[in-house]
Amino acid sequence: MMRFMLLFSRQGKLRLQKWYTATAERDKKKMVRDLMQIVLARKPKMCSFLEWRDLKIVYKRYASLYFCCAVEEQDNELITLEVIHRFVELLDKYFGSVCELDIIFNFEKAYFILDEFLMGGEIQDTSKKSVLKAIEQSDLLQEEDESPRSVLEEMGLA
Amino acid sequence: MPAVSKGDGMRGLAVFISDIRNCKSKEAEIKRINKELANIRSKFKGDKALDGYSKKKYVCKLLFIFLLGHDIDFGHMEAVNLLSSNKYTEKQIGYLFISVLVNSNSELIRLINNAIKNDLSSRNPTFMCLALHCIANVGSREMAEAFASEIPRILVAGDTMDSVKQSAALCLLRLYKTSPDLVLMGEWTSRVVHLLNDQHMGVVTAAISLITCLSQKNPDEFKTCVSLAVSRLSRIVSSASTDLQDYTYYFVPAPWLSCKLLRLLQCYPPPEDGAVKGRLVECLETILNKAQEPPKSKKVQHSNAKNAILFEAISLIIHYDSEPNLLVRACNQLGQFLQHRETNLRYLALESMCTLASSEFSHEAVKTHIETVINALKTERDVSVRQRAADLLYAMCDRSNAKQIVAEMLSYLETADYSIREEMVLKVAILAEKYAVDYSWYVDTILNLIRIAGDYVSEEVWYRVIQIVINRDDVQGYAAKTVFEALQAPACHENMVKVGGYILGEFGNLIAGDPRSSPLVQFNLLHSKFHLCSVPTRALLLSAYIKFINLFPETKTTIQEVLRCDSQIRNSDVELQQRAVEYLKLSSIASTDVLATVLEEMPPFPERESSILAKLKKKKGPGAVSVTELEDNKREGGELNGGADRGPDSAAMAAKNRPMSNFSTHCHSGKITNNR
Repeated sequence: MMRFMLLFSRQGKLRLQKWYTATAERDKKKMVRDLMQIVLARKPKMCSFLEWRDLKIVYKRYASLYFCCAVEEQDNELITLEVIHRFVELLDKYFGSVCELDIIFNFEKAYFILDEFLMGGEIQDTSKKSVLKAIEQSDLLQEEDESPRSVLEEMGLA
Repeated sequence: MPAVSKGDGMRGLAVFISDIRNCKSKEAEIKRINKELANIRSKFKGDKALDGYSKKKYVCKLLFIFLLGHDIDFGHMEAVNLLSSNKYTEKQIGYLFISVLVNSNSELIRLINNAIKNDLSSRNPTFMCLALHCIANVGSREMAEAFASEIPRILVAGDTMDSVKQSAALCLLRLYKTSPDLVLMGEWTSRVVHLLNDQHMGVVTAAISLITCLSQKNPDEFKTCVSLAVSRLSRIVSSASTDLQDYTYYFVPAPWLSCKLLRLLQCYPPPEDGAVKGRLVECLETILNKAQEPPKSKKVQHSNAKNAILFEAISLIIHYDSEPNLLVRACNQLGQFLQHRETNLRYLALESMCTLASSEFSHEAVKTHIETVINALKTERDVSVRQRAADLLYAMCDRSNAKQIVAEMLSYLETADYSIREEMVLKVAILAEKYAVDYSWYVDTILNLIRIAGDYVSEEVWYRVIQIVINRDDVQGYAAKTVFEALQAPACHENMVKVGGYILGEFGNLIAGDPRSSPLVQFNLLHSKFHLCSVPTRALLLSAYIKFINLFPETKTTIQEVLRCDSQIRNSDVELQQRAVEYLKLSSIASTDVLATVLEEMPPFPERESSILAKLKKKKGPGAVSVTELEDNKREGGELNGGADRGPDSAAMAAKNRPMSNFSTHCHSGKITNNR
């Protein structure tokens, strides 16, 4: 299973962190710092896998963002690389040519998309269509929810 | 542009995020955050009840602040309130908050569990999925207690929607991992296995993960999954790429599902049923064949997916370890990958071959690639790939290639990354001992290790070489001579001084005949390093000096003068001072006979498993050292005693009454005879 997934920029800013096991906040911070340092130091031609503590790290860079997953000893590295790619495809489809800013300003959406796709560190559904449909359905629900707010309401005057 | 920027955007949130991004310094950021926190606090405490939208917005802001790395100590109540909203987005944010900021307050837990319970029984699939997600994300004991019996029911109920089944399967998996005692096997288990036959591939994908985990702990209960898995795999592998439509990924049919099925099969031995086994072997052969066909697409995603399946199939073949034909084919395939353009594939091939090397069927086949692997060790630019090559050399090492491999590993060690040196040192030490036919080669190797990577040579390694030299008559003279030469080097590592000091102390007499290594020369050599060494090494050297007095009476005056000087007998370190004083006294008052008895040659060490192996295992985890290797070492531990019959003398010597209270620690350098 996947233990965690991190998205961070070249400058070391964490944009998304999803943890699939209960970990103390202090430990999370330390692991993130440690791993970011290691991954950011790697050169472009190096392979996408490395061993870290008792886990395997699979990472790939897309534009300005590093997608970094930690999987267990017996997990398949190549397929994890494609899990990352699938996630990027989903983000891309949803946001339309996704860029880092989209993930910064719509961070909660990025988490929702990830949750439709992975759960408990395992893949739920690998059909791009199914996952996107599920996300779009929830967006539709959202629009139904949002009863139109008048300008006065928005300004807190009614 | 985001598809959902139509009016929902939580404008206040976007503004806040912009503000943070525009902060020029850390202090400015903290200031802005504190301002916002104060604002939110007042809104939450205010008399006016907040509407759902505002609550959602503020909870989302808190979440953002938390994810930036700041601590949040309020907002949980409001998030929990959001859970009971009927509006989907509000619920969603509420669930996200409590999944990320897990709180152990029991009142909150009770409320959260209540909300989850309501959503689970709501019959609304989207709400049910949200609730299941939350349970899977948090996976706490309290949630397991509340829901562990409910989830299996949802999973196998006929009227559950596919999307909910998927979520239920993975949710149950999480609960099983964190609280296995609360997930009881029951009538649902056989129904779960049949999910492998479900029409919806997403359900199958999710169910397999669950079944794989359950099978590992309850193999008998779930063994019917094997034949179902084989037939599912067979259907996928033989399907055309257009059959599976949505589940085809860059022209590869259902790669995730295939990998998971192959993984599931690795939880069981090869199928006993002939027909099932036949079908599976056919599958594996098809997968291996496909690897040789020209690719359907140039995209890296296609080749990654295809190769992911191939590597998993190879893992299965290795796991079975019973089909020589498949094993050889797997080995050849990996051999091809060893020279592939893509670094990832070279890395994985080296990794896979390591496991293959321990199979008796393919060990010889793996060895044929030794030149390629050595070349990889020398020329690969990526340090992680070089490390894999080193691991593979270690795994493929046996009597026939030990000398070559140890030599390569030593030369690699000279330029290796500091982070991996200690492990490399342990491995070289283990190989040198295990495959030594000629123990002078072993001694040379260890001394080379100390010379090249002295800082990383742990105690276990140099204790071991001393143990072996003590136990083997045939190598003692050689060891003395080699160590003497090594100490001539102007800058030699402290570990070398330790080993040298000990060995010369015990066996210096074997080379004392040659004027170039006469007793005084030996003493001066050791003493020249004395002031450069740490306290434990000096303590060891002092013991060597007293042994010299016994071995070479002509050195007595010189050595006594050294012992007598203030820097020794008034040394601020208690141990050094005590040794200097006691040795001085011993040398003055003991008769030659008594001295000879007290400082008699060290008796051989009892047979014992090498602590080096234990240290390597501890360092790398249980997977690093195979069980057979450990057993081999136990058997070969007999060689420690070098076949020379020490007989009753050793027992007598060991029982000799030492006149001074802690003399035994002095002679035995503190730790060598203790079982660590």
